[in-house]
Amino acid sequence: MGMTLAEKLLAAKLGRPVEAGELVEVPVDLVMGNDITAPVAIHAFEAAGATRVFDPDRVALVASHFVPARDASSANQTSIMRRFALAHNLRHYYPEGTGGIEHTLLPERGIVVSGDIVVGADSHTCTYGALGAFATGVGSTDLAYAMATGRTWFKVPETMSFMYHGQRQPWVTGKDFILHTIHLIGDDGALYRSMEFSGDAVGQLPMEDRLTMSNMTIEAGGKVGLVLPDAITEAYERDRALRTPHFLTPDPDAAYVARIDVDVSRLEPQVAFPSLPSKTRPLSDVGDVPLDQVFIGSCTNGRLTDLRIAARLLQGRRVAPNLRLIVIPATQDVYLQALQEGLIEVFVQAGAMVSAATCGPCLGGHTGVLGAGERCLSTSNRNYVGRMGDPGAEVYLASPAVAAASAVTGRITHPAEILGEEVA
Amino acid sequence: MGRAWKYGDNVDTDVIIPARYLVTGDPNQLGPHCLENLDPAFPTGHKPGDIIVGGRNFGCGSSREHAPLAIKGAGVPCVIAVSFARIFFRNAINIGLPVYESPEAAAGISMGDEIEVEAGKGMVLNRTRGEQYAIRPLPPFMQELLDAGGLMARLTQELAREHVGNMGNGGTT
Ligand code: SF4
Repeated sequence: MGMTLAEKLLAAKLGRPVEAGELVEVPVDLVMGNDITAPVAIHAFEAAGATRVFDPDRVALVASHFVPARDASSANQTSIMRRFALAHNLRHYYPEGTGGIEHTLLPERGIVVSGDIVVGADSHTCTYGALGAFATGVGSTDLAYAMATGRTWFKVPETMSFMYHGQRQPWVTGKDFILHTIHLIGDDGALYRSMEFSGDAVGQLPMEDRLTMSNMTIEAGGKVGLVLPDAITEAYERDRALRTPHFLTPDPDAAYVARIDVDVSRLEPQVAFPSLPSKTRPLSDVGDVPLDQVFIGSCTNGRLTDLRIAARLLQGRRVAPNLRLIVIPATQDVYLQALQEGLIEVFVQAGAMVSAATCGPCLGGHTGVLGAGERCLSTSNRNYVGRMGDPGAEVYLASPAVAAASAVTGRITHPAEILGEEVA
Repeated sequence: MGRAWKYGDNVDTDVIIPARYLVTGDPNQLGPHCLENLDPAFPTGHKPGDIIVGGRNFGCGSSREHAPLAIKGAGVPCVIAVSFARIFFRNAINIGLPVYESPEAAAGISMGDEIEVEAGKGMVLNRTRGEQYAIRPLPPFMQELLDAGGLMARLTQELAREHVGNMGNGGTT
């Protein structure tokens, strides 16, 4: 019996075939923590008596969530991470101002590559699956163990195959593919499983959109979300990979627990309603939803391509009265590039507030937290109760194009509408 | 024995412990805020020993280990649910919070029922209704991990062995 991509990745690392359901202990290529999860892991690491990380080149610590510090307690957390990173001479330590959100930063700088096994103490570590890496989120204790030993254990997941076919409509993005998919299978539809994304419509997606799809694997409960590496993957990694990528693909006779075919040719931009990512509707079924805030950013959709689309729609337009638009580039590199391309100027002239790279309001941390009864459209990945602030606030999820168009009109809007194009 | 606090499907980590409190890893500081966004009656009304009962996909969302830590800090000895989200499940075992899958218990138990878990027998007893439900045994590997005192206890043992090994080789570390 052939192996799925998830099985192939683990098998390559172990040097022997594996099968879904088996428990394996594998060496990891990279472990990652952030300013929320690393301090807890560092405490556990030290309490267990560990004195050395397994490899200072393969432990990445990124200050991303509450940075720059929003209060004294978060400053203390970040400094625990700094002390540890400096003491252990970590090559991939990114303090405030040098990195950004880990899941955008690590692929962008080639710190994770195709074929890697990665554990990160953040649930959206699954983002790197877009490169064909077995990458998954764990908690702080697992991070501590992996930092000390360079190993972790997994149950080899079963795999669901998702095949996307057809020519997508204008304004339909990877975000819409994945929101629609979560709607189809539910918030636990891929619980404990690998999601394997393939088909000609995924083959045509740029790497940024693929990263968005893999990013939201966890919103369907999935363990990893893998895109089959192809020429686009190779081109993306060519000038950035810091280690040699290994491009693996599933065997033709691999065993899948489910096969789901999605025809994207009729898919519209999608919007997830409060308070679950699965409560997704096509834009034409959204109705009149007035907004108080629009947030463009996060590890899901804070990349340069996202900001370019948003700027294209905001160019020469103004944010609706009484609406806040918050734009946060996901990394400092994205920020700089956006500055050089003039995108930041477009945002500021439209009336947006722009900040340095941080998770910010995505998790209700700072820089745009919602009050009771407020309604926000966000390009991030979660709309749970209280996620972005007050439990009485409402969060809708959509692509950057829908977000930018909605910021202009003040209600959830199709991008074609503000450009005067016919809505497909 | 404790009272059941019964909730629905997809109890996510943002309602178990909102992000604004993630500036400490101390269970005693996290505990008082456990579930406050989902059920304001829980933080003030529950007593140590009370048990949380959820539906499908309990603990979905972020990887924050602060979620099982907050539950532990609230004095809740275990969680029963139809199913658990992957990372939450793993974290709970790693920090020594038992989590039991039992669709029967989750269906049979109502808010406020007096319940008792007999883990050794694989049973949940509902004193209020005179019912009992089976719980799914943990996979053996995870049971061993829990019995050994969690993942960090295992790391301590491994490091001790390594230390002895190094000494044997004439090492000095
Ligand atoms: S942007 Fe949001 S989802 Fe992504 S890592 Fe930060 S808090 Fe998590």
